[in-house]
Amino acid sequence: MADRTPAPDTPELRARWGGFAWTPENKKIADWHIAKYPEGRQRSAVMPLLDLAQRQVGAETGTQGWLPLPVIEYVAKYLDMPVIRVLEVASFYFMYNLKPVGKFHVQVCGTTPCMLRGSDALFETCKKRGMVKGGISPDGLWTLTEVECMGNCATAPMVQINDDNYEDLTPERLDAVLDALAAGQQPKTGTQEPGRHTCEPLGGPTTLTAMVDANHDYRGEW
Amino acid sequence: MLADKDRIFTNLYGFQDWGLKAAQARGDWDNTKALLERGPEAIIEEIKASGLRGRGGAGFPTGLKWSFMPKESRDGRPSFLVINADESEPGSCKDREIIRHDPHKLIEGALVAGFAMRARAAYIYIRGEYIREAETLQKAIDEAYAAGLIGKNACKSGYDFDVYMHRGAGAYICGEETAMIESLEGKKGQPRLKPPFPAGAGLYGCPTTVNNVESIAVAPTILRRGAAWFASFGRENNKGTKLFQISGHVEKPCVVEEAMSIPFEELIERHCGGIRGGWDNLLAVIPGGSSVPLVPAEQIRHAPMDFDGLKELGSGLGTAAVIVMDKSTDIVRAISRISYFYKHESCGQCTPCREGTGWMWRMMERLRTGDAAIEEIDMLHEVTKQVEGHTICALGDAAAWPIQGLIRHFRPELERRINEHNAQFQEAAE
Repeated sequence: MADRTPAPDTPELRARWGGFAWTPENKKIADWHIAKYPEGRQRSAVMPLLDLAQRQVGAETGTQGWLPLPVIEYVAKYLDMPVIRVLEVASFYFMYNLKPVGKFHVQVCGTTPCMLRGSDALFETCKKRGMVKGGISPDGLWTLTEVECMGNCATAPMVQINDDNYEDLTPERLDAVLDALAAGQQPKTGTQEPGRHTCEPLGGPTTLTAMVDANHDYRGEW
Repeated sequence: MLADKDRIFTNLYGFQDWGLKAAQARGDWDNTKALLERGPEAIIEEIKASGLRGRGGAGFPTGLKWSFMPKESRDGRPSFLVINADESEPGSCKDREIIRHDPHKLIEGALVAGFAMRARAAYIYIRGEYIREAETLQKAIDEAYAAGLIGKNACKSGYDFDVYMHRGAGAYICGEETAMIESLEGKKGQPRLKPPFPAGAGLYGCPTTVNNVESIAVAPTILRRGAAWFASFGRENNKGTKLFQISGHVEKPCVVEEAMSIPFEELIERHCGGIRGGWDNLLAVIPGGSSVPLVPAEQIRHAPMDFDGLKELGSGLGTAAVIVMDKSTDIVRAISRISYFYKHESCGQCTPCREGTGWMWRMMERLRTGDAAIEEIDMLHEVTKQVEGHTICALGDAAAWPIQGLIRHFRPELERRINEHNAQFQEAAE
């Protein structure tokens, strides 16, 4: 939990982020989130708003985004909450970055199901490219994080990079994904196993074969 | 084998469109109004009769859970349904497939279940890391609103019911129902003491039921096909169909819907292409997600995959997340990595868990290299017993059980490592 402390509150930080405010588009999204909760319960929206704020910071900095203290204060003010209540939410949940990250946040799952399928080799692949856990690589492109189970266990091992998952990886396949991202391209997301669609057994499903080519209605067979 | 016509999640693999039109063509939202017209009591009775037990791990009878909700509000408080899509148990990857490939089953289930428990709205709490899945789910919700299936006068039933999606942000503990409620209220996800139970005072202090995605998504099909149909699969007390998620050292890991109580060997041979290196190469299996104790190869092979069958083996069905380990596995490391997971995910509220998970992990790391004394195995076991049952929620138990399972079945391996390690130093000293 050592990294779960906010970035130092410096005059530079204030100067850079003190004027943070929603873009007109994000303000609409923020208000849409708040409207999901009953009257007087607007603080329920703190999680989606922190995510939104992180994304806005990300858009401004060309990274996945993070939460500088003035931005956390802005969210607190927007929801009429004490700053500490927002800060403790921001520091409790791991998806809020409390420190700046690179353009691509490479989150390698290291939990047992991925470990059994070779996630160790994925960490090696990342390290060979100069990524360090918790830091930004010198070229500003990468931040490496070891994350806990991401729920892609039947297509392990996997990494999540910003908003997309890349599954069924080998060092070579991960290298190909990272090369494409570094070159500004969008690699195919999901499983990287040739011939596999999603989580069906490799080589074709053992069940529901009628669904492969057409939308089959099984009700006639009930 | 379960016939394809008896599978509930027909678009499990996402070969076809998840959208409303395609889902309707597969039978979702087919005269849902008629299901609602049966009335809340009849719906709950049907679910009870089907024998459906909660699919999130604990296996509590779903119909019974719904029946705990107040039949009318005496003080004006509304009731809420919270759907647990915070799937984070290592090995589990079924709710993700439902959400991204069959989201309308979940939304229709939310309406039916919410109506049965007289809730005014459902909040679907989806784990934050399911980013693309959340996008799909939100689009599906929007589609359902636009078609008048939910919202005011849902399905023209005269019943008003809202469905909202709430994204988490990366905390395993929010899968615990009261932590989820705290998180929905905009706080840290730290579990609440029970009682009061959520059915009395849950979200915003209102009566609340928290159900797993799979439990909710199967409800409409059960109502359409009848409790007897659902109850025709599986052994007594372990009825229905279930999404199994097989990961680890099988030839073809996959997610598959099968009848409950399917023998382990049949599940693996039929759908996963067998164990990597053959059955003689199987070491152990974690049959229900990381929280349940492992089962050694010789015991699991012919065991029925259901709640009671695995309980008899000292383990559990959990979420039916089957983690298979062959003989190449460093079994101590595999369990130690799970200990690290619980250390990472402990919310820090209860001392035995906050301190214990870290202590147990560090001890496991020493056992991994053998840098320990034989007596420390017993000490570790003793500590797991002191954590288990002494915390507000079950995360402490979940951290203790995998270690207990390891000690129960692999003590000779732990001792071998210690003896080997210590012998090295003895040699060096001589």
